[in-house]
Amino acid sequence: MIEVRDVRKTFTVRSGRLRRRRTMVRAVDGVSFTVREGEFVGYLGSNGAGKSTTIKMLTGILTPTSGSVRVAGLDPARRRTALARRIGVVFGQRTTLWWDLPLRDSLTLIRHLYRVDPVEHRRRLEELTELLDLGPFLGTPVRQLSLGQRMRGDLAAALLHAPPLLVLDEPTIGLDVVSKATVRGFLERLNAEHGTTILLTTHDLGDIERLCRRVMIIDRGRLAYDGDLERLRTSVAADRMLVVDLARPAPPVQLDGIGVERVDGPRQWLRVPRGMNAAAVVAALARRYEIADIALREPDIEEVVTRLYRTSGAFGAE
Amino acid sequence: MRTYGLLAWTWLRAAAQYPASMLLLGLATAMVAALDLAGIALLFAHTPRIAGFTAEEVLFLYGTSAMSFAIADTLLGGTERLGEHVRRGTLDTMLVRPVSPLIQIAAEEFTPRRMAKLLPPAAVLAVVLPRLPVEWTPGRIAMVPVMLVSGVVIFAAIWVLTASVQFVVIEVHPATKSITYGGAFLTQYPMTLYAREFVRGMTFVIPLAFVNWQPGLYVLDRPDPLGLPEALRLASPAVAVLLSAVAATAWRAGLRHYRSTGS
Amino acid sequence: MAWNAPRRRLASRGVSVYPWVAAYSFRRHAAYPLGAFAEAITNTVFGFVRAWIVLALWDARPGLGGYTAADAVAFCFITQAMIGPVQIFGGLELTQRIRSGEVAVDLHRPVDLQGWWLADDLGRAAGTLALRGVPPMAAGLWAFDLTLPGPAGWAAFAAAMLLAVVTGFALRYLVALTAFWLHDDRGMQAVSLIMSMFFSGMVLPLVVFPGALGEIARMLPWAALIQMPADVFLGRCSGAELWSVYAFQAFWAAVLLAAGRALTAAARRRLVIHGG
Repeated sequence: MIEVRDVRKTFTVRSGRLRRRRTMVRAVDGVSFTVREGEFVGYLGSNGAGKSTTIKMLTGILTPTSGSVRVAGLDPARRRTALARRIGVVFGQRTTLWWDLPLRDSLTLIRHLYRVDPVEHRRRLEELTELLDLGPFLGTPVRQLSLGQRMRGDLAAALLHAPPLLVLDEPTIGLDVVSKATVRGFLERLNAEHGTTILLTTHDLGDIERLCRRVMIIDRGRLAYDGDLERLRTSVAADRMLVVDLARPAPPVQLDGIGVERVDGPRQWLRVPRGMNAAAVVAALARRYEIADIALREPDIEEVVTRLYRTSGAFGAE
Repeated sequence: MRTYGLLAWTWLRAAAQYPASMLLLGLATAMVAALDLAGIALLFAHTPRIAGFTAEEVLFLYGTSAMSFAIADTLLGGTERLGEHVRRGTLDTMLVRPVSPLIQIAAEEFTPRRMAKLLPPAAVLAVVLPRLPVEWTPGRIAMVPVMLVSGVVIFAAIWVLTASVQFVVIEVHPATKSITYGGAFLTQYPMTLYAREFVRGMTFVIPLAFVNWQPGLYVLDRPDPLGLPEALRLASPAVAVLLSAVAATAWRAGLRHYRSTGS
Repeated sequence: MAWNAPRRRLASRGVSVYPWVAAYSFRRHAAYPLGAFAEAITNTVFGFVRAWIVLALWDARPGLGGYTAADAVAFCFITQAMIGPVQIFGGLELTQRIRSGEVAVDLHRPVDLQGWWLADDLGRAAGTLALRGVPPMAAGLWAFDLTLPGPAGWAAFAAAMLLAVVTGFALRYLVALTAFWLHDDRGMQAVSLIMSMFFSGMVLPLVVFPGALGEIARMLPWAALIQMPADVFLGRCSGAELWSVYAFQAFWAAVLLAAGRALTAAARRRLVIHGG
C-alpha cells in the first residue's frame, strides 16, 4: 500500500533579518519502509522529527528531494489528484470541513469534490453516521461543534469516498477522554472489519498502545525503529521501576547497580536495569530496610520511547 | 468548473437560510461599491468635462470597469487570502482533495455578497449606454460585451497572478492590492488624466488599459491621446488570453515552489 | 509618612499600565516593517491616481473650494498617509475578542477596557505612522508640486493628528462594541466604512461637497478624522480658527468616548446577566 525508498527532504531555512543566512535542514534523511494492505501502523516522533514532512510526502503535498514514494500504486508528487481519490487524510489540528456550513452540507460538498455517486454516498453516510454517532449534530454549523464532534465529522469526510488507505495526522490531539475512546474504537473497527490500511501519527502513546501492532519511530529525520510494539519494549531494554514504601522516610537507598529515581517521604522509586533479577533486588532491600509495600512496574511506552531517543544514533533501524 | 458551480451553489443555499441578513449585507456591499460612483458624481457637480471627457463617457468607463471587476472579484477574489491559507495550513487540506486548490480557494471565499457589487455598475450601464452620443454600428455594439468579458478575464488573471506571489512571500500581499483594487479604481477614469509614462505602463506592463480604455476608445470613437496604433483597441481579447496563460504559469510555479519548500 | 509610600506607589502603578500597553502595541506594530511598507506602496499608488483626478478637476475649476491645485494634490497625499494611523477603513482587534468571548477576561482585569484599547490604539497609530505615513508623502513630494507646512504648521498638524486618532478610535470602539449585541456585525462594519470613507473627505475633500451636503458633512464626527487635520496641514487654519478645529475634534472625541463608556457599562451588565 505504501512503499518508501530512501526518501530525503531538505529545506533551506533563511535566518537573520538583514544579512540572510541560508542553512540546509534535512527534515527527512533517508527513510525507507513498507506498509502492507490491512496494516495498522503507528508513526511516532517528537516535534520536528520529520513526522509531518513524511506524511506530506506520502499525500503529495510535498515533493521529496530524492528517493521514491509509492502510495496506492501511484507516485504522490506527480499524481496528487488521482491519489486524493484513493486515500483519506485527516489533519487533527485543522479541519477540512467548511466553518460556516452545517456538517451535512460540508459532507455534500465533499461528495461533489470526490464525485461520489449519490446512492453510494447515501449508503456510506448512513453507515458513517451510525458508526461515528454523527446524527445529533449533522445539522449544526461546523464552527459550533465541539472538538470531538468536529474530529468525528472530519473522519467521516475523509472516508466518504471509501479509500483503502487512511492517513491520520494527530487525530486525537486535544480531545477529551470520551471522544478519544470513540475515535479509537472507530478506527479499530475500520481496520478490522473493512480492512482499511491505517497510518497514524500521534503524540499520544495511548493511541499507539491501544491500536497499533507495528510502530515506526522517526528521530532527527531518520527511522529509529520499525517493528512490533512488544519487541520495542524488550529490545530497547528499558528499565523496570521498583516502587518501595519504606516503613519510615530514609535517605536514598544504596544498592549496587540500582539508581534511585525519586524520593517522596517514605516512598522511593528504584530503577532496575533489564537483565537484573528483580527478586534478588527485593531480597537485598528487605535485608536492610523495613518495607511496608512494594510494586514492580513494567516500562510504559513513553519510557521506552524516551530511552530510544536517548540512545538513537547507536541504534539503527531494522 | 462544474465543481466550482456546485461549491458556489452550496454557499448560496447556506447564505439563503438567513435571507434578511443576506439582503442587508448585500445592500451594504453595494453601497460601498457605489462610493466610487459618488466620487464621480461629485466631480461632475463642478465641471461638465474632466480631461476632455463628459459625464456619460466617464460613467461608461466606470460601468464597464466596475462590472468586469465585480464579476472577477466574485469568481476569484477569494484567492487574495491564499497567504492566510498557507499560514493556517488549510492549503494542505485542499491539496489532499482531488480538485485544483485554485478552485477550492476561490470557492472557499465565495459569498453571494460579492455579487451585490454588480448592482451599481449594472444600473449605471443601463442608464448611460443609450445616452452615449455615438453611432451604434454593429462593431461598437459587439464591442461592449466583448470588452466586459475581456475585462473579467484580465482582472481574474490579475487576481491569480498577485495571489501566486503569496506562495513565495506572504508579506507582499498588501502591495499587490495596488494592482487589484488600484487597477479597479484607476480604470474607472479616462487615462487622459494620468501621466503618459504611467499610461504606457498600464498598456504594456500591467495591461489594465485593455480592460476598458482601449476598447472604450473604439466604442466612443475617440483618438488615442498617446497616438498608439489603432489595432490595440481590438486587442483586449488577445491580451486577456495571453495574461491568463501567464497567470496560469505563475500559479503552477507558485504551487510547485510551495510543494518543494512547504512554507 | 513612610508607611504611606507603598500605597502611593501602588496607585501610580495602576495609572502607569497604559503607557506600557501603548509601548507594547507600538513595538508589535513596528515589528513587521515589510508588511507595513507593502501597505504604504498601495497607499502611494492610490495617492497618485487621486492626485491626477483632482488635478484634472482643479484644472477645470481653479481655486475650487478655496484650494489651489497644489493644496488639492497635497490633500490627496496627506490623506493617503493618514489611512494607516487613523485606520480609516475601520476595525479593532477587540471585535474578535468579543466574538470569541475572550473579552470576559479583559472585563475582569482591574483596568478600564476602553482605556486599555485606547492606549493600544495610540501605540498602533504611532507604530504605523512612520512606516505607512512617510512613503506616500515622500513619493508625492518627489512627483508633484504640493503645499507643505512650516515648522509651526507641522506642530499644529501633529496635534490635530493626535486628536484625529483619538476620535477615530472612539468611533471604532463603538462599532466594535456592537458585536456584543449583533449576531453578525459585518453589516455594521460596512455601514461604518461607508460613513467614514465618504464623510471624512477620503473620496474627495469636503470643500467640494455641494451646498447643504457639504455643510452637514463638515459637522459630522468623520470630518475630524481626515478633513480637519488636512486643513491644518494646508495651513488653512490659524489663530482662533486653529483652536476651533481642535475644539471640534476634542468635542467629538469626548462625546464618542463618553458614549463608548456608557456602552461598555451596558455590555458589562449584559455579560453578567447572560453570561456572554
